[in-house]
Amino acid sequence: MSELSMPRCWNKDSKPHRFCPGCGHGLVLKALGLAVDELGLEERLVFACDIGCSLLAWDFFTFPCMQTHHGRTIPVAVGLKRASPDLVAVAYMGDGGGYSIGLQHLFSAALRSDPITAILVNNTVYAMTGGQMAPTTLPGQKTETTPFGREESDTGLPFKGPETLAAVVQPEAYLARGTVARVPLLKKMIKKALERQLQGSFAFVEALSTCPTNWRTSAADTWSFLEQRMSRYYRPGEIATAGREES
Amino acid sequence: MEQAVEGEYRAFMTGNEAVAWAALAAGAHYMFGYPITPQNEIMHLWRRLGSQYERGFLQTEDELAAGFATIGAVVSGKVAFSATAGPGSVLFQEPLSMAEMMRLPVVVVVQQRGGPSTATVIYSQQELTLTCFGGNGEGLRLVYSTASHQELYDYTIKAFHNAWRYRFPTFVLGDGYQAKMREALVLYDPGERGIGPVPAKPIFHSQRRGAEKPLLHLRNSFSVEEELGEVLERHLDDYARAVPALVEHEFFGEPDGALLVVAHGVVGRAARQAVQELRREGRRVNYFRPITLRPFPEQALREALQLSGGSVLVAESAEGQLGNLVRLAASAEGLPDFRSYYRPGVGITAEEIKEAVLNERAVDAALLE
Repeated sequence: MSELSMPRCWNKDSKPHRFCPGCGHGLVLKALGLAVDELGLEERLVFACDIGCSLLAWDFFTFPCMQTHHGRTIPVAVGLKRASPDLVAVAYMGDGGGYSIGLQHLFSAALRSDPITAILVNNTVYAMTGGQMAPTTLPGQKTETTPFGREESDTGLPFKGPETLAAVVQPEAYLARGTVARVPLLKKMIKKALERQLQGSFAFVEALSTCPTNWRTSAADTWSFLEQRMSRYYRPGEIATAGREES
Repeated sequence: MEQAVEGEYRAFMTGNEAVAWAALAAGAHYMFGYPITPQNEIMHLWRRLGSQYERGFLQTEDELAAGFATIGAVVSGKVAFSATAGPGSVLFQEPLSMAEMMRLPVVVVVQQRGGPSTATVIYSQQELTLTCFGGNGEGLRLVYSTASHQELYDYTIKAFHNAWRYRFPTFVLGDGYQAKMREALVLYDPGERGIGPVPAKPIFHSQRRGAEKPLLHLRNSFSVEEELGEVLERHLDDYARAVPALVEHEFFGEPDGALLVVAHGVVGRAARQAVQELRREGRRVNYFRPITLRPFPEQALREALQLSGGSVLVAESAEGQLGNLVRLAASAEGLPDFRSYYRPGVGITAEEIKEAVLNERAVDAALLE
């Protein structure tokens, strides 16, 4: 299938989608849709989405989709997968849901290597609630709760998810960071993350994404924020997991 | 899945063990749990027996995960449950609020503990309001308050059935005393008593009342208040229609009653004994125990009050959590002559209830002759 066309598993009744103009969610969900199409998984897939902008994907696909509560998408996916292992569980969330309120769930699922595929969209802000600081907000970046720029001395450094999880996951787990600037590569990562779930391991993909609404950026500035500032701090690529320790 | 209880037989065990056996007998598939006293032995036994009978268990990272993982399992069509207490119940309100609004048949066993505190884990009825109305919603839940190990077994089985039949989160409300005490009961295979398998099926692809097509997208998100209001109205209507089939209570007494003693759960045992003794002594006292706290058996309570001269004494190990439900139910026919024996977080014996009944401050003893 051409990567220019709409994925087969997109629910056409819910298009055009509800995301803001210039938002990267549509591209991440396109990469997911193409990966599901290529693997022929739509019959087995269940998609759970978090609260925040990711919630707007609640009817995005033709396979079953459900919303959960803020930060609680991973335990829903874990419960679903444990009780019904034949299903393929995708947990979809933002950086606030995954790295702040739901971090213990992300961390614990990674520790246990629960065979789910978690996709986290990093746009450096809480977007749905009006542009507050997220764990991923860059140093000096202005948000509604860091109006003079994020200060490391006050709120610490931006959180690097895949790199953090690399220290605790089992070697078979899959960790990667893609970007909506390179959808074909992001699709390959998500495809691997789905395959890794089928092989019985935890898989996590962070997708660098855009939020011109809350960044208050023009199209050109949006792209340069993503490609220059974000990608410099958050290096896209597959992240090696630590080896198994001798015990 | 292997049948865990065959035929029926007498057993002597703790309340927590009775709950685990009931969940196995009912055909529950998975338990998600997080340690908190006094419910721990439910998961201990479930974990051990579960591997024998092909049931799953996960010790989650916290109660939020236990609740939401139970939701995930239920959505996929599997019978699943959890158990908790006290501060754990507080955390459970988040997943349970979602389950309530999305009509997900989650079952949770709550073994109440006193507080809010640490360490006091034996005797309390302070989680009544939390269990019935703890969410940021309308309390569309089923809550069974048990008074014996037989009831823990019976109502745990029933909780699974009614959760799936009516699609409301369902609770078995016990306490530390019931959880830890040993008592005789009869374990049985529900199938042999005409109770079929729990009617569980995947929530996705199911057909909802009034819906045009099968459910594929499960949401709890609404664009305008009126849209939410319509959904709530439908849920409230479903709940109201289910009430007559759901409410349960225990009553004994005579039409000549001059006082109705109302208690629930383990305090109901003390109340029953107290009223039996008072009756033997010739006192005109009646007894009422709501088994469903939510929905509350309001009509039955009003009928019992009519047989009891409109006077009521509520005894509970809480400061009026049951008392408020009784007042509300009774007030439909005028305010009753209301008295209370509240001992929040403290145990209540039959002797104390007798004393409260006969205490001149509680009621004119002469009236009871």
